Amino acid sequence: MKLGIVCRMLLGAAAAALAGAAAAQAPLKVGFVYVSPIGDAGWTYQHDQGRQQMEKALAGKVTTKYVENVPEGADAERVIRELAASGHRLVYTTSFGYMNPTIKVARQFPKVIFAHATGYKKAANVGIYNARFYEARYLTGIVAGRMTKSNVAGYVAAFPIPEVLQGINAFTLGMRSVNPKAEVKVIWINSWFDPGREREAANALIAQGADVVTHHTDSPAAVQAAEEKKVYAVGYHSDMSKHGPNATLTSAVHLWGDVYTRITRDVLAGTWKPTDIWGGFRQGMVDVAPLNKAVPRDVADLVAETKQALVAGKLHPFQGPVKDQSGKVRVPAGQAMGDDKLAVMDYYVEGVQGQLPKK
Amino acid sequence: MRFVSPLVAAALTFAAGLVLFSALGRDPLAAFHAFFVQPIDDWNGVAELALKAAPLMLCAIGLAIGFRAGVWNIGAEGQLAVGAIAAGWLAVGFHGAGSALLLPAMVAAGALGGMAWAAIPAFLKTRFNANEILTSLMLVYVAALLLSWVVHGPLRDPQGFNFPQSKEFHDAALYPLLLEGTRLNAGVFVAAAVVAAGWWFMERSFGGYTMRVAGLADAAARYAGFSARRTVWVGMLAGGAAAGLAGVGEVAGPIGQLLPSVSPGYGFAAIIVAFVGRLHAGGIVLASLLMSLLYLGGESAQMTLDLPSAITGLFQGMLLFFLLAADVFISYRLRIAAPARAPREAAA
Repeated sequence: MKLGIVCRMLLGAAAAALAGAAAAQAPLKVGFVYVSPIGDAGWTYQHDQGRQQMEKALAGKVTTKYVENVPEGADAERVIRELAASGHRLVYTTSFGYMNPTIKVARQFPKVIFAHATGYKKAANVGIYNARFYEARYLTGIVAGRMTKSNVAGYVAAFPIPEVLQGINAFTLGMRSVNPKAEVKVIWINSWFDPGREREAANALIAQGADVVTHHTDSPAAVQAAEEKKVYAVGYHSDMSKHGPNATLTSAVHLWGDVYTRITRDVLAGTWKPTDIWGGFRQGMVDVAPLNKAVPRDVADLVAETKQALVAGKLHPFQGPVKDQSGKVRVPAGQAMGDDKLAVMDYYVEGVQGQLPKK
Repeated sequence: MRFVSPLVAAALTFAAGLVLFSALGRDPLAAFHAFFVQPIDDWNGVAELALKAAPLMLCAIGLAIGFRAGVWNIGAEGQLAVGAIAAGWLAVGFHGAGSALLLPAMVAAGALGGMAWAAIPAFLKTRFNANEILTSLMLVYVAALLLSWVVHGPLRDPQGFNFPQSKEFHDAALYPLLLEGTRLNAGVFVAAAVVAAGWWFMERSFGGYTMRVAGLADAAARYAGFSARRTVWVGMLAGGAAAGLAGVGEVAGPIGQLLPSVSPGYGFAAIIVAFVGRLHAGGIVLASLLMSLLYLGGESAQMTLDLPSAITGLFQGMLLFFLLAADVFISYRLRIAAPARAPREAAA
């Protein structure tokens, strides 16, 4: 323990000295590793928007570089290492699968600072950051719950990991907070990005009676399918309205610009510490995109009101009582779910149909 | 002439690259430097080149044995995944045992796993005459789901916050590193040994000879009494074993654990490597190094020149396109003939 503290102090001092020296000289070189091509919407697109916002906010003090379409697995470590070796003093690794490679490279480059998105491993020079996507999901669930006529929403999902289950469950709870009859059907496609299967899954859900479709996958295919079949959609990652102008009710949007600016500024100032950032509405890391014209005024007001409550911390999407599918109480009345429980979520709440893929 | 066409293709790819980089407003020489020199201008770069070439080489040599006999195994990607699962299961099951036998056992299990997966299309082919192109390809998706199930279920890291991944392997389950400060590991020796064995089998053994005959002239092979069943079995199992070893190389090498995906498509890229390498061991070694360099160069071009990542795929595509085109022009002569006249006399 003591050794850890001493190490951290030394490292902090080293980082401060380095940052001080850097401020006097050349701008800080910042690298980004993206898991997919940037494209025009989706997970990586939002990270790149964040990069650009940060570069603008710290104009003159930083230069940025990115490598896109880096597969998780053996290749990631090489790219991260290459960025660290080529003079980048701060490297953002923006996908869960980069966690172990980031930690490995961080060991070899103790003077370089790393920030890893959505993971759980930290080190003296590795901080982590993530967004409370489920907060935005809850709000979009309210919109879906009020707009559905069939009381069935369809959800195209990637992998049954906690982050995705938080989204499904928060969306369901949001729907049922305004429409207790609402149910959610889920199709797992076992891929983050597979437009063909995303579209097929969306079509299957629509055929099963869903009149609102949402997705936790990377392409706009589900939204496009909804547009084609003339049902509603709720977008994810980016504002998907341009891919389905009539269908898209709203989107749960990720915003990384502020957190990138904050972390980078700390590194520049030499005050950076390996922290664990998990921010939501309050920290400006998630939002809901502008609502569709079809959404009535009272729903818009309810969304605005609920958002205020979330920002103020007066409301938690997983406010007890929360029951899972089997009726077991996961959060008792009068309590909100703690972060420790959120982080390992592995069940559906009441209102989600079907079974989770077996372990 | 068949051996000249890869060189012609490479030259044409370079030439087209020159035009491409100029059109993108980059200095072509600087771009070539970033693409082909910079990635390997230090020992780490060379180590990375070999590391990335090893799985391509392994899959390609195994496939070549089948391809030469007309056994079209398209499923190396799936056989690789099953090899990785088999090895990973041992690594997790004996985590911390620290036995020196663990790694050799993993290597054997990986090869057997890949063979078992390749045995399915071989059986379907020999028993029901099912097309192995289809069955081996479809089994790629089954293998991917199998791997997904393994990392979501039985081998999921209990300390991993429910993320789909196994625990990180113990040192005893990893190939020892060869070069301090790099990721180059003893897995490259396995790749080299398999390539050498593949060369010996294809060029020097009687079994390889019968397979070549089967590929060149099916009827002649039958007349000579060479078993067609045996050809299918050997072709598929060789591909499966080599791909399985490539899977072991990934999980016991640079990855060091089981993930939902252990290969960025090596099994498919190896088909290109096998053909660019003319289905010969030496050619496959060179082709896999070139392919590996294209991957590394693409990253380096992004970092130094802000070129898009699509440039990698573009170069691979051009290489294959020019190779096929060169083959066509070597095998066929282009004749410009006047269009056939309408038979006017007959009408009159």
